[in-house]
Amino acid sequence: MLENWQNGGFSIYLHWPFCEAKCPYCDFNSYVSASIDQDAWKSAYLREIDRYADELPGRVVQSIFFGGGTPSLMEPSTVQAVIDRVATRFSVANDIEITLEANPSSVEASRFSDYRTAGVNRVSLGVQALNDPDLKRLGRLHSAAEAVRAMEIAQNAFDRASFDLIYARQNQSVSDWTAELKQALTMGFSHLSLYQLTIESGTAFGDRYKRGKLGGLPSEDDSADMYDVTVEMCKAAGIPMYEVSNFAAPGEQSNHNLIYWRYGDYVGIGPGAHGRFSHPERTRTATETPLSPAKWLQAALAGRDQETRQLLSAEEQGVEFLLMGLRLREGVSLDRFTELAGQDLSPNILAELESEGVIIRRDDQIIVSDQYVKLLNAVLERLIED
Amino acid sequence: MTQLSHIRNFSIVAHIDHGKSTLADRLIQETQTVADRDMKAQLLDAMDIERERGITIKANTVRLDYTADNGEKYVLNLIDTPGHVDFAYEVSRSMRAVEGSLLVVDSTQGVEAQTLANVYQAIDADHEIVPVFNKIDLPASDVDRVAEQVEDVIGIDASGAIAVSAKTGQGIHEVLEAIVNVLPAPEGDPDGPFKAMLVDSWYDAYLGVVVLIRVIDGHLKKGERIKFMSNGAVYPVDRVGVFRPAMQNADILGPGEIGFLTASIKQVRDTRVGDTITHEKKGATVPLPGFNPSVPVVFCGLFPVDSAEFEDLRDAIEKLALNDASFSYEMETSAALGFGFRCGFLGLLHLEVIRDRIEREYNIELITTAPSVVYHVFMKDGSMTELHNPADMPDPSTIDHIEEPRIKATILVPDDFLGDVLKLCQDRRGIQLDLSYAGSRAMVVYDLPLNEVVFDFYDRLKSVTKGYASFDYQLEGYREDNLVKMSVLVNDEPVDALSMMVHRDRAEMRGRAMCEKLKDLIPRHMFKIPIQAAIGGKVIARETLSALRKDVTAKCYGGDATRKRKLLDKQKAGKKKMRQFGKVDIPQEAFISALKMDN
Ligand SMILES: Nc1nc2c(ncn2[C@@H]2O[C@H](COP(=O)(O)OP(=O)(O)O)[C@@H](O)[C@H]2O)c(=O)[nH]1
Ligand SMILES: C[S@@+](CC[C@H](N)C(=O)[O-])C[C@H]1O[C@@H](n2cnc3c(N)ncnc32)[C@H](O)[C@@H]1O
Ligand code: SF4
Ligand SMILES: [Mg+2]
Repeated sequence: MLENWQNGGFSIYLHWPFCEAKCPYCDFNSYVSASIDQDAWKSAYLREIDRYADELPGRVVQSIFFGGGTPSLMEPSTVQAVIDRVATRFSVANDIEITLEANPSSVEASRFSDYRTAGVNRVSLGVQALNDPDLKRLGRLHSAAEAVRAMEIAQNAFDRASFDLIYARQNQSVSDWTAELKQALTMGFSHLSLYQLTIESGTAFGDRYKRGKLGGLPSEDDSADMYDVTVEMCKAAGIPMYEVSNFAAPGEQSNHNLIYWRYGDYVGIGPGAHGRFSHPERTRTATETPLSPAKWLQAALAGRDQETRQLLSAEEQGVEFLLMGLRLREGVSLDRFTELAGQDLSPNILAELESEGVIIRRDDQIIVSDQYVKLLNAVLERLIED
Repeated sequence: MTQLSHIRNFSIVAHIDHGKSTLADRLIQETQTVADRDMKAQLLDAMDIERERGITIKANTVRLDYTADNGEKYVLNLIDTPGHVDFAYEVSRSMRAVEGSLLVVDSTQGVEAQTLANVYQAIDADHEIVPVFNKIDLPASDVDRVAEQVEDVIGIDASGAIAVSAKTGQGIHEVLEAIVNVLPAPEGDPDGPFKAMLVDSWYDAYLGVVVLIRVIDGHLKKGERIKFMSNGAVYPVDRVGVFRPAMQNADILGPGEIGFLTASIKQVRDTRVGDTITHEKKGATVPLPGFNPSVPVVFCGLFPVDSAEFEDLRDAIEKLALNDASFSYEMETSAALGFGFRCGFLGLLHLEVIRDRIEREYNIELITTAPSVVYHVFMKDGSMTELHNPADMPDPSTIDHIEEPRIKATILVPDDFLGDVLKLCQDRRGIQLDLSYAGSRAMVVYDLPLNEVVFDFYDRLKSVTKGYASFDYQLEGYREDNLVKMSVLVNDEPVDALSMMVHRDRAEMRGRAMCEKLKDLIPRHMFKIPIQAAIGGKVIARETLSALRKDVTAKCYGGDATRKRKLLDKQKAGKKKMRQFGKVDIPQEAFISALKMDN
């Protein structure tokens, strides 16, 4: 039985791989480049959009996401061209969400209205911290004051705006974070992404950590407490957690990211972009493009297929569905799991987890209970235990 | 065939790195046994490695032709024994096959523990001993001091010692002359019924089982039918020959000679070191004395990490056992580890060699339980059972007393570290037997329980002495002591693979160390986990592993699905390597690490 590909929605992710500077914690596929041929990138994106439009006729695009890297370094005309091409080659939903990730520097903020004109209706700002010493330590080029100004501009320019903070930083105590979050919650945003700092290997922080030179990171207990505090405070502020690190007022969730977590379909365009989509007659395909911007650009301009493709097995789809979906407070549908994975989740394990209070069952849905969201990894391990 | 008077059979005894292999190379070269162009460093060692992989560490043999200064042609047979304590029985048999030894001592280092252990075996075998002081090309060489040590510590005359450099070749000629002039010729009756000692045997892919023999009386030719006196097995001889050091066929082997035979023998197991070989018809009637096959002294459980590989493990173990008579095994089931084998070894090195072979050659990942010694459990009804596995411990109320194996350990150590060594031995329930000095080094002799040594005594010794101590031991027999079985409970479930026999006085300490270790080794779970050590129903140590609080990844977007799925797969594979006790997963490293003691 084939899964109904309309279950999770359909969207387009576009990756812009350049930044002004590389942040020491960041393992996104991003590079610092002295000269970027914006026109070449524009043509490459357009070609790729054409290619996917040919492959996936009749799909209705619910969201476009410009991610990075730092997409706020893109020329607004490039953004415009992309949006227009999607609209010509695909059907688009009336309420299409078009998000652009932006760094909150003054230069970038000055382009916000042009992005708005180009069709962007949602912005996600990488604020990361609300004090200058910490921003410096995170390698950020903007100041806290600059970020606040960019936040105001964004709120005025776009229908919807969100910002990111990174917490559980070096030398940050639970009360430091509580104070910072309190401030963040006064700024009138109806969506926040609050990430605990992850030390990724292959980053500057990762190297320092390996050498034992990254001091002051909070203990596991402290970061668990910080998480609990975050969930509580956001709930009280009317933007409850809807995904592990995402908080929104009702109706203000990021539709694009929901498509990922609901295991919908998405096309990934740009270097290092991933895609997941199904054809009505085929099982789900996973795509992945080369990381190197130069290689990707060259191939895209030459009109060559460049992504590696893999047909996901039923088992793989089942696992991905769970690991994405259980991050959501809404939980996942057991029936859809069965449809994807070709088999039921073990009733014994489900019963065990339920009796331990780890999961809650509501009809066909399972939801990880509040106390166990932090232990999602362990929960997943038990769910997929043979 | 050579006349008895023109044969000299000898071995070389030395502490590791004192230059045994290099000296052997020089002897081979000086006698032009191997053409110069084929000469490569450590000729015998090259074979050594091959054979090391072939389980037991085998004796190496080479036959040298030497024309002495007196103009006579001699045949010199060198048997190079490995000298590791695990193979003491095999070594002692090889020693019985020759009449003399070169005692090699590094003149920059002096006498070491292995020098002693090995030279005592040579003395036990009534060898004539020629001391050879090596490395005189080095500035730190002090031949007089070493001569004094050899006389004081070992108690043999060093006046005939030869100073050599195996590196430059200086003194090698003198060594060859001493072999001819000082070592005795073998004795034997050329006309008596054929009688030979089985010195060693191994499997050769082309020839089948190759048997190294020392002929005592009579002769052996190809085509003759031989009989192994221990089991009466009869075989027609396919070929006989000598080692130079490659195998070379010969027409006949006579008294005093050392060589090989092959005889379509299928399994090395059918050939027991020390056995007497004779002719099927008109053979000898009295076997050589001292045939006494070695028995395993250290036992442990071997379990496949992946329980689906149990049959593969059985297969591997059976195959290995065919070629190693001293290795024993029987099936074992553990609640913790599933199906596996309880295996017996000659010692820890033997254990490691076999375990490595199973892992490397048969590609089976193993969980190895704590090595245990064989206890003698005397029951109240007067019977005695051998306990190979703490899990099989009878009900304590039916036990009268328990005896454990003891060893005599000899340790040589620079003065500076003596205190640490004495403390270590004392901590391990040792009884000091002797303490003497050889120059700036102390020689301590301790009576120690073997079970305290099989854990990590050697590692600890190396670490407290920064590697400067040398250590050797021999088994001394059994003695009663206050021994109990300590069980370990994780989340209230007994973990049978971690139960162990301990001395009652050390139980609390060991229990505490074990619980603390496990607390570090067991990953945190979604719930808190009590870890306890107990004797019978009495808890003697306890730790609590707190619950895991957070493991969720902060970010997970479109590009992370693949990465996260692969990570989960890896975790799942990692979990396969863990063992489940109730709801707790214990990684396999825990079983090995938990049983090491740090202090
Ligand atoms: N300088 C010097 N080095 C030697 C001499 N004999 C052996 N060696 C070195 O000592 C080390 C150990 O020698 P080896 O023959 O392997 O010792 P074994 O362990 O007793 O077999 C090697 O690095 C040899 O090269 C010697 O006479 N002079
Ligand atoms: C692609 S990045 C944002 C793009 C934009 N260039 C920026 O830095 O504002 C998406 C978000 O991931 C978060 N992030 C990146 N690396 C992280 C890490 N190692 N730990 C936690 N959050 C991280 C940051 O909050 C960042 O804003
Ligand atoms: S955090 Fe944003 S700006 Fe910094 S390197 Fe990553 S993508 Fe670029
Ligand atoms: Mg050697």
